[in-house]
Amino acid sequence: MTLQQQYIAFKTIVIKEILRFSRIWVQTLVPAVITTSLYFLIFGNLIGSQLSAIDGYSYVDYIVPGIILMSVITNSYGNVVSSFYGHKFQHHVEEMLVSPMPNIVLLGGFVVGGVARGIVVGSVVTIVAMFFTELHFENTLVISAVVILTAILFSLAGFVNAVYANSFDDISIIPTFVLTPLTYLGGIFFSIEMLNSFWQNIALFNPILYMINAMRYGMLGVSDINITTAFIIIVLFTVTLLWFCLYLLKNGIGLRT
Amino acid sequence: MTKALTIRNLSKTYANNVKALNGINLEIEKGDFFALLGPNGAGKSTAIGIVSSLVNKTAGMVEVHGFDLDTQKDQAKSCIGLVPQEFNFNVFEPVFEIVVNQAGYYGIPRKKAQQRAEELLKQLGLWEKRRDMARELSGGMKRRLMIARALVHDPELLILDEPTAGVDIEIRRSMWVFLEEINKQGTTIILTTHYLEEAEALCRNIAIINKGEIIENTTMKTLLAQLDIETFVLDLKESIEQVPVVEGYTISMRDSSTLSVEVNKTQTINEVFDELTRLNLHVTSMRNKSNRLEELFVRLTGEHVVED
Repeated sequence: MTLQQQYIAFKTIVIKEILRFSRIWVQTLVPAVITTSLYFLIFGNLIGSQLSAIDGYSYVDYIVPGIILMSVITNSYGNVVSSFYGHKFQHHVEEMLVSPMPNIVLLGGFVVGGVARGIVVGSVVTIVAMFFTELHFENTLVISAVVILTAILFSLAGFVNAVYANSFDDISIIPTFVLTPLTYLGGIFFSIEMLNSFWQNIALFNPILYMINAMRYGMLGVSDINITTAFIIIVLFTVTLLWFCLYLLKNGIGLRT
Repeated sequence: MTKALTIRNLSKTYANNVKALNGINLEIEKGDFFALLGPNGAGKSTAIGIVSSLVNKTAGMVEVHGFDLDTQKDQAKSCIGLVPQEFNFNVFEPVFEIVVNQAGYYGIPRKKAQQRAEELLKQLGLWEKRRDMARELSGGMKRRLMIARALVHDPELLILDEPTAGVDIEIRRSMWVFLEEINKQGTTIILTTHYLEEAEALCRNIAIINKGEIIENTTMKTLLAQLDIETFVLDLKESIEQVPVVEGYTISMRDSSTLSVEVNKTQTINEVFDELTRLNLHVTSMRNKSNRLEELFVRLTGEHVVED
C-alpha cells in the first residue's frame, strides 16, 4: 500500500470510531458528566471545604487535574477495549485482517479513536469543573502532552485487553480490578506525602501516579514527582505497550487461529 | 504463466493438535471458476482461511497472482476478495457504510468507494436497502452484502465459502447469474458449497478435499465422466407388491409406487421402460436419485451431503 492508501485506511477507522462513540453519546459522554459532577460536589465542595489547603491550593482545586485525567484514562481505555472486542466478537475485525493495511495503521486507527474519546470526555469534564471552581492552567504544553500521551497509553492497554478477551466479562475485569484501584491510589484525591514512607515507596510503582502528578504540575504547577521522571515513565510505558500491540498483531495472537 | 492461486505443501495443525491440512498442493488458473468441495471438517475453510490471512499456516507456501503471501503480503491480499461462510459485518452499521468502509481499508478514496459501492449494491439488488442497518436484512440479502463488500476493491480472485447457504432458490439462481457474469469479465472464482448442483452448474475445474488431503483435482467434465452408474427414480401409475425383474438391471422399491433403477454406461433406460410396459406398468415421472456430482462425491469421500 502507498502512504496515501495507508492514510485513507487509517482515516476510515478513525472516522468510524469517532462516529461510533458519538452515536452512543448517552453511554459515552453523559456518565462522565454525572460522575465527575458528583465528585466535585461531594469531595470538592462538601467535604473539601472542611479540609485545609494542599500545596497552597484548596482541596477542590487540588483534585481537578486528577479527575480530568481519570476521565481521559477510563474513556480512552474503555473505547478501544469495547470497540475492538466488539469487532472480534462479531468477527468484523476480519474485514480489516483480510485487507492489505499494515498492522500499525489498524492499531493507529483504534488508538486515535480512543484518544479522541478521551480528549472529548476530558474536555467535557473540564467544562463541568468550571462550575465548581476557578481552573488554573500553569503550563498548557505539559497539560496537552500528558493528556495525549496518557490517552495513547491507555488506548494501547485497552487494545491488549481486547485482544486477550474471550468474553464480555474479560473486558470488565481489568478496568474493575486493576485500572480503578490504580487510578484511585494514583493520588487523585491525595498527595503521596500524606502517606508513610513505606506506602510512599509502594505508590511509586503505580504508573498512574506519574501521570496524575504530571497533570497536576501542568495545571497547578505542583507535583509529588519530578516532571522529567514522570514523562520518562509515561513514554517508556507507551513505547513498551506499542511494541507489544504490534507483536500481538504480527503473530495474530487472539485474532488468527 | 502466473496462476491465480498456487498452494504448495500447505499444512495446518491447530493448537488442540487437530491436523486440518496435510500438505496439500493446488494450482488454479486465472479466469477459472473452481469448486473446492469436501465434507464438513475436511479442511476447506482452513485452506480458505490461510489464503485470506485469517488463519496462520503451520507449513507450506501460498502465492496469489504470483505474490508470495509471506514475503509480498500486501500485494497478495490486494488480489483477494473473500465471502466467508459466517456473516462477519457489523450488524449495527448501515449497508452502504459497510461496503464503503471496506473500500477504505484497501486505500480506495471515499468518493470512488461510494461510486463502486452504489454500482455493486444496484447490481446485487440492495440499493434500496443501503440506509438500513445490516441486522435488518434477510439472510439472502446479507449474503449478497458480503459479495458486494468482497468485490468493492475489484479483486482478481474471489473466494466464496458457502455463498448461497440458506438462500432461497430464486435468489440463489440470480446469484449464479451474477457470479457467472463477473467470471466472464475475468475474475477468478473459488467456490465451496454444499449444493453440489451449484458446483456442477458453475465450475469448470474441481478439487475434492477430505481429511486434510486433496483426493481429486481435475476438470468437472473428467470427474463426471468417471460416473459409470446413475440411479433413476421412477414414479408408477399403479401400486405394486413385488419388484419387477429386468435382466441386467438392479431395481429396488422405494414404496409401493416408486422404483429405483441403476443404469450403467453400457445400458439404456429404454430397456427398463420396454419391460415395464410389457408388465403393464406405467411411468408417470422420472428423476435422478441425486445429481451426478453428488453421487461421485459420496463415492469418493464416503460422506453424505448435508443439505442446509
